[in-house]
Amino acid sequence: MFNKRETRKMPMDWIWGLIGGLLIGTGGAVYLLVNGRIMGASGIIGGLVDGSAGDSKWERLAFLAGVVLLPIILQPVYREVDTHVTQNVLVLIAAGLLVGVGTRLANGCTSGHGVCGMSRLSLRGFAATLCYLLAGGVSVVFFRHLLGVI
Amino acid sequence: MQRLVFAFIAGGLFGAGLFISGMTDTTKVQGWLDVFGAWDPTLAFVMGGAMLPMALAWLIAARRRSALLGTALPPKPSTRIDRKLVLGSLLFGAGWGLAGLCPGPAIASLSYGGTGGYIFVAAMLAGMIVAPFVRTRLDKPVPAE
Repeated sequence: MFNKRETRKMPMDWIWGLIGGLLIGTGGAVYLLVNGRIMGASGIIGGLVDGSAGDSKWERLAFLAGVVLLPIILQPVYREVDTHVTQNVLVLIAAGLLVGVGTRLANGCTSGHGVCGMSRLSLRGFAATLCYLLAGGVSVVFFRHLLGVI
Repeated sequence: MQRLVFAFIAGGLFGAGLFISGMTDTTKVQGWLDVFGAWDPTLAFVMGGAMLPMALAWLIAARRRSALLGTALPPKPSTRIDRKLVLGSLLFGAGWGLAGLCPGPAIASLSYGGTGGYIFVAAMLAGMIVAPFVRTRLDKPVPAE
């Protein structure tokens, strides 16, 4: 059957969103001002798998180690640890491929174009964000409300 | 070594922020995108919160020649909006809406996303390996009609 759309909306969610957002931005600030690099998740991962990372390989791996480890450390003391991701294998594969190809073609994702790009008033950052928000909205409406697969 | 330590700290802050903000929860991301359903505004607070320290960092960076560890700071952003940017972002958005995951949260939730999370990340890595070939095709000049 279809996934039940849960409405677990807690009134405090936006505060956690804001605190989490500030942490994300602080991470980006450290990566920029200390390491001199733009914190874009798709670029950091993509460079490792398509061989374009070069000398920065270990720096990227260290970054990703932090991304994976901190949630593990926080899990026992923190609330929701379920991603509620679909179990539909076809949907997962299609979505993963689209995200992988798309972010590398566009040279950035929500962190690179969104957080880092828009905060420096980059035209490309705004254009990319507009496109992926638009496509994301259409995608949810299409696959959820019209096809009912998500 | 210092580079690795600070990269780890930056990644840790990023991962912790994604976890705490609820952005690794696909229902919250799809809830934000679902303007015709039970709309969830959390993502706007996350994006807004993240852009504050980041904007400050760019202001500081503009007054410096290099980063603290000596590397050159990123050059001014290009203003060129090409097919790759638009098409890529549209494809990315479609996949983002479909599963509710983007690259950062997909990695941050590896430890608790279960099999579904692994399958998504594997497919994403495959897509990233294929991307350079697609890019080359798009770089070819469009034949005149």
